[in-house]
Amino acid sequence: MTSRQSLGAVRSSFAPWADPTATPLVRFEAVTKRFGAETAVKSVSLDIYEREFFALLGPSGCGKTTLMRMLAGFETPDEGRVTLEGQDLAGLPPHQRPLHMMFQSYALFPHLSVERNIAFGLQRQGLAKAEISDRVAEMLALVRLEGLARRKPDQLSGGQRQRVALARALAPRPKVLLLDEPLGALDRKLREETQFELMALQQRLGMTFLVVTHDQEEAMVMADRIAVMRAGEIVQTGPPPEVYEAPNCRYVADFIGEVNLFEGQVETADGRLVRLSSPVCPQGLEAAEDDPLPKSAAAWFAVRPEKMVLHPTPPPPGPNLMQGKVADIGYLGDWTTYVVEVAGGQTVRAARANAARVVENPVDWGDTVWLTFARDAAVVLSR
Amino acid sequence: MRPGPSLFNRIAVGLGLLFLYAPIVLLVVYSFNASKLVTVWGGFSTRWYQALLHDDQMLAAAWTTLRVGLASATVATVLGTLAAFALVRHPRFAGRTLFTGMIYAPLVLPEVILGLSLLLLFVSLGLPRGLWTVTIGHATLTLCYAAVVIQARLSSFDISLEEAAQDLGCTPTQAFLQVTLPNIAPAVAAAWMLAFTLSLDDLVVASFTSGPGATTLPMRIYSQVRLGVNPEINAVSTLLIGMVACGVIAAYVGQRRSTQRR
Ligand SMILES: Nc1ncnc2c1ncn2[C@@H]1O[C@H](COP(=O)(O)OP(=O)(O)OP(=O)(O)O)[C@@H](O)[C@H]1O
Ligand SMILES: [Mg+2]
Repeated sequence: MTSRQSLGAVRSSFAPWADPTATPLVRFEAVTKRFGAETAVKSVSLDIYEREFFALLGPSGCGKTTLMRMLAGFETPDEGRVTLEGQDLAGLPPHQRPLHMMFQSYALFPHLSVERNIAFGLQRQGLAKAEISDRVAEMLALVRLEGLARRKPDQLSGGQRQRVALARALAPRPKVLLLDEPLGALDRKLREETQFELMALQQRLGMTFLVVTHDQEEAMVMADRIAVMRAGEIVQTGPPPEVYEAPNCRYVADFIGEVNLFEGQVETADGRLVRLSSPVCPQGLEAAEDDPLPKSAAAWFAVRPEKMVLHPTPPPPGPNLMQGKVADIGYLGDWTTYVVEVAGGQTVRAARANAARVVENPVDWGDTVWLTFARDAAVVLSR
Repeated sequence: MRPGPSLFNRIAVGLGLLFLYAPIVLLVVYSFNASKLVTVWGGFSTRWYQALLHDDQMLAAAWTTLRVGLASATVATVLGTLAAFALVRHPRFAGRTLFTGMIYAPLVLPEVILGLSLLLLFVSLGLPRGLWTVTIGHATLTLCYAAVVIQARLSSFDISLEEAAQDLGCTPTQAFLQVTLPNIAPAVAAAWMLAFTLSLDDLVVASFTSGPGATTLPMRIYSQVRLGVNPEINAVSTLLIGMVACGVIAAYVGQRRSTQRR
């Protein structure tokens, strides 16, 4: 083992948020927005740095679009302020803000052809005709709609419309590009390709992207940092490996990827190791944790399915060992997920990579199996 | 297969149509009557249409009607569009209900009262009555119809299109002109046609607000009929019916296109 440790398997050299001297490009300062009695955004503070690819992730109705619309200038914050390059944006109308938005509903102009939709922002910038047509051609090539330049939006499929909307927002090369569910209507393959293209484009043009999505995989793949939202509040902000490997609460652990949560009472917590008593595991649960926890408080261990180890034969007794029956098997090709029912009726998921094509003595439905996890595989959560 | 309409239904529809259109058909038929007697058929002829071409008073009235129609429909459409935009786009402004009610009041207000109040206004302002007062009167009368038609279209118009235009650098006015207006154009045209048609056939408001030298076609027809029906009137009425029918059909087609294109 090397001395250098990192969460996840990714080493990142781009991390302006870790630099205390860096000034953010976009800054939300305790921003609140209410619609009547409902608070859509609650005291959100957020810093987005230049050239960053930032993703807002959260379930439907949690205020992602509202947050974005306040940056674009279509909603006014009730409290707090939004700044761009240190300048307060309050009172600046949308057409004077140097950022563009790709709308969730696409909002393509139905009376204009695809190419004139894309050229719209460029014409407003007063570019020369030749430059506009070059830029439109470049954008059409980027979103692979070269053959459809003359079509009207209502002659396009949902995915094609989405790509036109993307091209239209990208064409004027704004400082900050706001993308509201940019890839929602694309099929899986096109979606993955477009994800990587967006990343490459963002790198090449040096733009700052703020992407809204409720697809956690998409956020993980594309973003430098993710903010997870719940009911108008930001619950956790961090790079994808951090949000995945070190969630700060059960909500985030559950929202990002699959997770097994083991509830228990703190028996001992000495600053290195936390021991829980739990009904699922007679020998108790143990995990490495530096922060001391109050004795007999409720706590949870969050363990990802791929970090659970499945044993067809009983391993030597010890902590973090549980016995159960296989209730379900999901074969995904690259992975197989085993759903195991353990003591107390809890179901635990364990994922195994299918490293070999042929397996001797495969695990079957109804088999008795044993599950363990390593002490540093679990995240200790107190809320 | 669905059975066709029953005998009862056919008779009911037939009677209804007969009731509505028999007088009009009769009028159109008699406009081609060779006889001078209105109620006696004397063979087919277009002599009354020829006579019309030489009736200067009638032609002057037609010209007045046309000018009043064009001007008042345009004024009503512009004002109606603005009013509809204000109503749809700023749904929360204070007094919206009152404003809406006030715009739509002329729809149900008896025309006699509208005409009378306009007359009082012009008299108290000391405006000489003539072509312009009729135009203003007709614009008032037709504005609410135009506003209703355009509001129906605007309320189904996706506001995020305007936001997208603003996001890409348009001021709100530019966004309206470059994005909203082209998309609601068929409805605006339909509103204009409707206003024009209403102005063409209005008698009441015109009678109250016109003055010497500004007699409209319906006024002319009405005053002639009081002296006795003459086949020339049938001819001019047939032409008027033709124009109004064209206007209504154009308005209908325009509105249908504007809803289909969403
Ligand atoms: N103009 C508005 N008037 C009233 N309530 C609104 C308005 N816009 C949004 N809301 C409410 O604010 C909350 C947040 O809405 P928002 O559109 O930001 O959600 P979202 O996170 O973008 O959801 P989705 O993933 O479904 O797009 C919702 O409960 C919504 O009903
Ligand atoms: Mg949204």
